[in-house]
Amino acid sequence: MQKIGVFVCHCGTNIAGTVDVHAVAEALKNEPGVVFSTEYPYMCSETGQNIIKNAVRENGLTGAVICSCSPRMHEVTFRKAATAAGLNPYMLEIANIREQCSWIHKDMPTGTAKAIVLGKAAVAKVNLNVPLTSGESPVTKRALVIGGGIAGIQTALDIAEAGFEVDIVEKSPTIGGKMAQMDKTFPTLDCAACILTPKMVEAAQHENIKIYAYSEVTEVKGFVGSFTVKIKRKARYVKENICTGCGDCTKKCPQKKIPDEFNLGMNNRSAVYIPFAQAVPKVATIDPEHCTMLKTGKCGICAKVCTANAIDYTQQDEYIEEKYGAIVAATGYNPITLENFDEFAYSRSPDVVTSLEYERILNAAGPTDGKLVRPSDGVHPKTIVFIQCVGSRDTTGCGKQYCSKVCCMYTAKHAMLTREKYPDTEVYVFYIDVRTAGKNFDEFYRRAVEDYDVHYIKGMVGKVAPMADGKLMVQASDLLLNEQLHIYADMVVLATAIEPDKSARSLATMLTASMDTNDFFTEAHAKLRPVESPTAGIFLSGTCQGPKDIPETVSQAGAAAVKVIGLLVKNKLTCNPCVAHSDEQLCNGCSSCEKVCPYGAISYSDKEFRMPDRTTATRRVASVNAAVCQGCGACTVTCPSGAMDLDGFSNRQIMAEVDAICR
Amino acid sequence: MQTLKKKLTEQVLRTSGVNVRKCMRCGKCSGSCPSYEEMDYHPHQFVYMVERGDVDALMKSNYRCLSCMACVERCPRGVAPAKLIEAIRLMVVRQQGQNHLKADQIPALLDKDLPQQAIVSAFRKYSK
Repeated sequence: MQKIGVFVCHCGTNIAGTVDVHAVAEALKNEPGVVFSTEYPYMCSETGQNIIKNAVRENGLTGAVICSCSPRMHEVTFRKAATAAGLNPYMLEIANIREQCSWIHKDMPTGTAKAIVLGKAAVAKVNLNVPLTSGESPVTKRALVIGGGIAGIQTALDIAEAGFEVDIVEKSPTIGGKMAQMDKTFPTLDCAACILTPKMVEAAQHENIKIYAYSEVTEVKGFVGSFTVKIKRKARYVKENICTGCGDCTKKCPQKKIPDEFNLGMNNRSAVYIPFAQAVPKVATIDPEHCTMLKTGKCGICAKVCTANAIDYTQQDEYIEEKYGAIVAATGYNPITLENFDEFAYSRSPDVVTSLEYERILNAAGPTDGKLVRPSDGVHPKTIVFIQCVGSRDTTGCGKQYCSKVCCMYTAKHAMLTREKYPDTEVYVFYIDVRTAGKNFDEFYRRAVEDYDVHYIKGMVGKVAPMADGKLMVQASDLLLNEQLHIYADMVVLATAIEPDKSARSLATMLTASMDTNDFFTEAHAKLRPVESPTAGIFLSGTCQGPKDIPETVSQAGAAAVKVIGLLVKNKLTCNPCVAHSDEQLCNGCSSCEKVCPYGAISYSDKEFRMPDRTTATRRVASVNAAVCQGCGACTVTCPSGAMDLDGFSNRQIMAEVDAICR
Repeated sequence: MQTLKKKLTEQVLRTSGVNVRKCMRCGKCSGSCPSYEEMDYHPHQFVYMVERGDVDALMKSNYRCLSCMACVERCPRGVAPAKLIEAIRLMVVRQQGQNHLKADQIPALLDKDLPQQAIVSAFRKYSK
């Protein structure tokens, strides 16, 4: 029989405001096994913890129940206190009477009754608890960063600087991400390439960083400290280590009418291409969908002109397998597609462009060599209308319900750059709210209004109509004047909402990392653990976690790196002792558990068993690798014969809890 | 008076099924409206006036809305300003004691200034 102590926390008025804590302590005194019961305003405080320690020692407790906040909050605290008093930490259970009780109930009698029931369930469980001992697992001292944009590059550089090896996996032929496509950066207006490309080169040259560009993660196995990752290296049809990046092949390639992804399809590239001048790695890639040689076997010009003999039409996708201790998701974002916003005529007029396209138009290496001209006829536009919140803050399902955060600032930047270079251009910005929270951000926006005479109009554009003369009629409301405006513009720029990259969802499944309804990765704690995923060993960097500008992305990338370093410096990790095990006598060898296990911890083998009649029989039974099992419990609910059970959460314990609740 | 206003507002909200609190004051409705210049009050104002409980002013001036539903279609928050106008029109009809208007009585009541689309939209409720 256990000797259980019950400790009820008031949490100030958080719990005591809705739950009669004294009544809870008194009621639980009568539960089987309970020999001690008390309450205290703050159990997590030094004094509160001493109450637990003293009670354990003085009453010779073999188990404890803390009625307090969520175990996610203070289970570790209380288990440490129990250990200090000589109790096995897994003999202590938390009854969550705050998040699951006092915070959600309004009246004292309901709250108190429920708190007592939750306490009873915890006591019933502790009666069946057994001491558990944590094992240890090794840490592979290498990190993987998925995504080679500014977030991924910064995280990798910071980890590498601390002396650990890092691999970057980037799906496109070069690292650099969206920042490489930008012209200038707010609020200082320095050139994006000038500050990004040195970092790209630094990453490429760092002895601790290996870049797998044009590669994708296809499989992730294992757990914190010991992940095994399969990486697909897509065939470039160019030998990466031989190609000098001279670009001769790109000039001679006869297939030149392929929309250039780097310039968002506003100009063309050849079938063999280098995305942009400062690409890292600076090697050519053959696009197999458009290459005549790969499609028909008749061409081979690039191989003829290549003096380095780097072209290899026979190259195949390669798969490599690597071990990592930590994984950082840095998969970034994309602007949304605009098929739900026909009123802005994006699909009907080439002179209606997204902000990222406008960024390329302004860029010296862009489709117009940095000259501001209309895509339709190459004429310099005299009137430009910027529309904010296109697809952001939309709850109808056409767009995204969140604020994309960066649009106010980049639109102010675009407006300012336009007025600076072309003072003869009239620039209008239609806004709902101007959101410029950030250091020097509001000053930046005010400069656009006050020094550059950008016309900011509070209101929204209802429609953009392409006219016969090539102009765009912009119909909008001016809410401050209470007027409807009709502006005949030469160009319209849409501040398009951003969304997580499409690859994030499948990656999250591979990593067993959680996501929100918008496909942004969820952080372990919104305020206190913003760069960690709830899945141990998975870290988050950049816009894959939520909309962010460059300064924020770089800060978060550094923070993620610190968390990774903190993990990699450890030689051993303490394992969770709450792992599954199979009862070989009950196991019928059906393989159901093996199929559902997300960690690959279950394997089957043939074993000999003695039968009642003294013969032996060979049966196929499951066994669990305790070092790999994360204790998720999927196998225990799947097992049709009840052979799988989870230490610390055994079927008997869970049923005892249910019984206590129903009693 | 105050209670009557409140009752009218509640009636408009219930009839239209519009949640005016979802409005984020972007003005896309008024940017979309093809009949903007014709109206004393504009779509973004409908929503705000109903939210403030100022329904009687709308009841005196609302028939220039074409009921084209462009504002309903384009509102990024799903507020549906034109549905408020439909509800307000219905209230005017009811206040005039014509709650049980017969379809064949309509021609006599037609106003030549009334936009065709508004007439069509009025028929919508007699279609059942």
